[in-house]
Amino acid sequence: MILAQNLLVLAIVLGAAWAARYAARERNWRESARELWRRRPVAIAVVAVYVVIGLLDTVAWVGGGTPEDPMAAYVPRTVIDRLLRPEARREASYSAPFADTAFYGGAPLKHPGSHWLGTDILGRDVVYRMVKGVRVALLVGGLTSLVAIPLALLFGVTAGYFGRRIDDAVFFTMTVLSSVPSLLLLIALIMVLGKGPVQVCIALGVTGWVHFCRIARGEALKLREMDYVAAARVLGVSDFRIITRHILPNMAHLVIITFALSFTGMVLTETTLSYLGIGLDGSWGQMIDQARNELSRTPIIWWNIAAAAIALFALVLAVNLIADGLRDVIDPRTRKERT
Amino acid sequence: MSEPDAAPLVEVRNLTISFPGEGGHVAVVDGIGFAIARGETLAIVGESGSGKSLSALALMRLVPKPGRIAAGASVRFEGTEILDLPVPAMRAVRGAKIAMIFQEPMTSLNPVVTVGAQVVEAIRLHETVPAREARRRALEMFKLVGIPDAETRLDAYPHQLSGGLKQRIMIAMALAMGPKLLLADEPTTALDATIRAQILAVIRDVAQRTGTAVLIITHDFGVVNEVADRVAVMYAGGIVEEGTRHEILRAARHPYTQGLLRSVPRAEARGDRLEEIKGMVPRPGHWPKGCRFHTRCPFAYARCTEEAPRRTAVSATQGVWCHLAEEGRAP
Amino acid sequence: MAAYLIRRLAYGAVTVLGVLLLLFVLFFAVTNPDDIARKAVGERARPEVYAQWKTNHGYDKPLFLNRAYGSGEARHYTDTLFFEHYRSMLTFDFGRSDADDTPIADRLLRGAGPSLSLTVPLFILNLAVAVGVGLFVAFFRETLLDRVVLVLCILTMSVATLLYIIAGQFLVGMLLKWFPISGYAGDSSVIWRFLALPILVGVVAGFGSDVRLYRTIFIEEMNRDYVRTARAKGAGDARVMVAHVLRNALIPIITNVVIAIPFLFTGSLLLESFFGIPGLGAMTVEAIQGNDFSTLRTMVYLGALLFILGQILTDVCYAVADPRVRLA
Repeated sequence: MILAQNLLVLAIVLGAAWAARYAARERNWRESARELWRRRPVAIAVVAVYVVIGLLDTVAWVGGGTPEDPMAAYVPRTVIDRLLRPEARREASYSAPFADTAFYGGAPLKHPGSHWLGTDILGRDVVYRMVKGVRVALLVGGLTSLVAIPLALLFGVTAGYFGRRIDDAVFFTMTVLSSVPSLLLLIALIMVLGKGPVQVCIALGVTGWVHFCRIARGEALKLREMDYVAAARVLGVSDFRIITRHILPNMAHLVIITFALSFTGMVLTETTLSYLGIGLDGSWGQMIDQARNELSRTPIIWWNIAAAAIALFALVLAVNLIADGLRDVIDPRTRKERT
Repeated sequence: MSEPDAAPLVEVRNLTISFPGEGGHVAVVDGIGFAIARGETLAIVGESGSGKSLSALALMRLVPKPGRIAAGASVRFEGTEILDLPVPAMRAVRGAKIAMIFQEPMTSLNPVVTVGAQVVEAIRLHETVPAREARRRALEMFKLVGIPDAETRLDAYPHQLSGGLKQRIMIAMALAMGPKLLLADEPTTALDATIRAQILAVIRDVAQRTGTAVLIITHDFGVVNEVADRVAVMYAGGIVEEGTRHEILRAARHPYTQGLLRSVPRAEARGDRLEEIKGMVPRPGHWPKGCRFHTRCPFAYARCTEEAPRRTAVSATQGVWCHLAEEGRAP
Repeated sequence: MAAYLIRRLAYGAVTVLGVLLLLFVLFFAVTNPDDIARKAVGERARPEVYAQWKTNHGYDKPLFLNRAYGSGEARHYTDTLFFEHYRSMLTFDFGRSDADDTPIADRLLRGAGPSLSLTVPLFILNLAVAVGVGLFVAFFRETLLDRVVLVLCILTMSVATLLYIIAGQFLVGMLLKWFPISGYAGDSSVIWRFLALPILVGVVAGFGSDVRLYRTIFIEEMNRDYVRTARAKGAGDARVMVAHVLRNALIPIITNVVIAIPFLFTGSLLLESFFGIPGLGAMTVEAIQGNDFSTLRTMVYLGALLFILGQILTDVCYAVADPRVRLA
């Protein structure tokens, strides 16, 4: 299992590198990327930091048990776990950021001043919990979208391009699935499949699939009627080639922007799911849900909810800004003005 | 036709229109001037990018942002300085004293409103008139421009009508308030050849009957031949030649005008090589020094690269901006 | 037009049947009556208790085909979960809740009022604010005002609704004490105080994405040729924006808006639950937390039904608004 996780990280890194090299061959892509970097350097940097943290939190191995954390000898610990050593720095209960004493009662902490964002009700370091939430968010938004979008693309383009019976079948499935309001469908799926992380991701994937499949189908329908596609057909180019060389590349910008929007949508929806009790363990949504009553205490405990809220906001805002920048960069109209 | 000593209806002087470009504002129309007499039809001819459409839009102060009309320009209409009018006064002029029709009848009409209602709007924007009266006048205009079945057509939507009909309606809408000047920006370019002739006939007839002056923008000398009394030829933001229709079509003095006329395909010349003007129109901001046409002119000499030519009167009505003419030489 | 409507309704009906099939697969095949019984009664009851519970709730029938027909037990070979599911849903005979055995239909009727009292004002306010602000910034596009609003939109879009609710309750309810934090009581003159905060939170939460969408729609319309024609006729800015741009922009806006009308009934899950408003959304949340599958099934079905109705309504409104569709 740990091996699979580590291999996955390797696969992702290699895959990203290959995709980057492939894209760099096209001048348009290179220019767009440079333009995007010029417009949104901060947002890109923020997302990069999150991604690195997420990857670090996935690479794990077994070994090196300590007195405070004897389980490390048997259970895999990630790079983040080893860096932040949560078990070693556990307190009894709440404590304020940078505090020396416990929040209630004033007893001295075991590790005074070391908790930059304080501790939660179980004494866990809030910084650690916040950082652990990164991987969950990337999983919910990123991995799910990475799986759902290609599937939606496959079905949508096939339906739009080949039409007739395939289209009827896919379109009907899409209509039925999209007729159920997405939150309700999500809830139904999770209640029925179970409340585990895989099931939640599958449920999110299904609801995300429908939305993009419809878009992909519409685009394929439109592109199929383009003159250059007709020309290719007349020249005897095979359908497969037409799809891969003419239709898909013209949808690339749509795919990227949809990926960004899908990512933020799923991450935000997960917070709602956490409130309903059917979200992912360790997510920021869960942190917020658990901490939501802390604001009504006197004196108020704000650091739990603030940490999760800020981490969430920063990621979603960064991705939204990148998506926005992408739209400006890729929109052919603004491109013309640049030359 | 106009009386030679009556004051011109429109007098444009030193009109410069600029747009933001690399390093500040770039002139697209550069200090041109022209006049239109009452009831006269002036055609401005030029290639795309010569600035002819913008010149017409400037008369209505409809130059699209971020374009600007430079200070020092003067547009006088019936003696009033258009560029100084406050906005409400300008709106009173638009549609009532000066009207405009555009190139694409397909998209120039509001798709969700009946064409009758759109003509009525043109009337009621300027006159408080009861709805029925406005509708009657709209009907009259429809008949004036030759729309068959006018009564039923009033309640049609634009998408139900052909391009030619739509353009007639545009003309009807423009002339509904009896403007003294009609601006027509390539009104037939988007229409089929047969319809083209019909629309030009409509413009010519209606203008004659109502005594309306017309400024028609075109790139097609066929259009010039059909409707124009006088012609001005524009190149790269400036006017290079002007004169009566006859003078320009038969006795053009500017090398550019001559080149344009020669490059029109003619049935008699079948089998010969099609004439062309070598080179491409320079972009605004990249205009050559001196005479802007000298890079493509077969007669260019040293003076042309240094000095921009001024207007030389070839006759009482024809003027040309060319050093050759100034020196009395014919190209 | 009538033919179009009939075709749309027919397709909608087929879709409803498809949705019911989906629900059947989810609620009876993927999760089966035994699981449901176990969740309702508890893990360690005796088999007879499960069987009795299943009989009480109508879960004791076979899935598709009842082969016991004729031997006295079954009423008909279609006396199965499958047909019963279709029959009950299509006749709006919703049965009882799995959790506490109350008739679902009663609770639906009781919950509809509070839900509507929240979602209808929210919907209208959302629409007015988003269209108004969108039209305004579209007119002032590329100016400082426009850019400020756009930045505001992206910022507000990036905050989770949950956070808005918590912040709203905290700031306005506790710190400023302008409105009560939650609850729903009193007669119509007083009840608005309980609705004020959830409506305010709802408007702020939806502001960002709606304004951006409408702004884009309006700007696209403003760049069209007929707007230039209107100006050339002497129309002023106000007339151009309202009589021409807004009128044409209504078409894509309607598509976006009418779809949301059915949700006025099902209520907002989060808002109702947080603010203690006893509507249909809160009912759904209870069903989730109580593993009440029959209520959940009903809510999902109603949601889908209303959604399909909403889509048909959208298509009709679209045809009314756009003469090119109506008179094609």
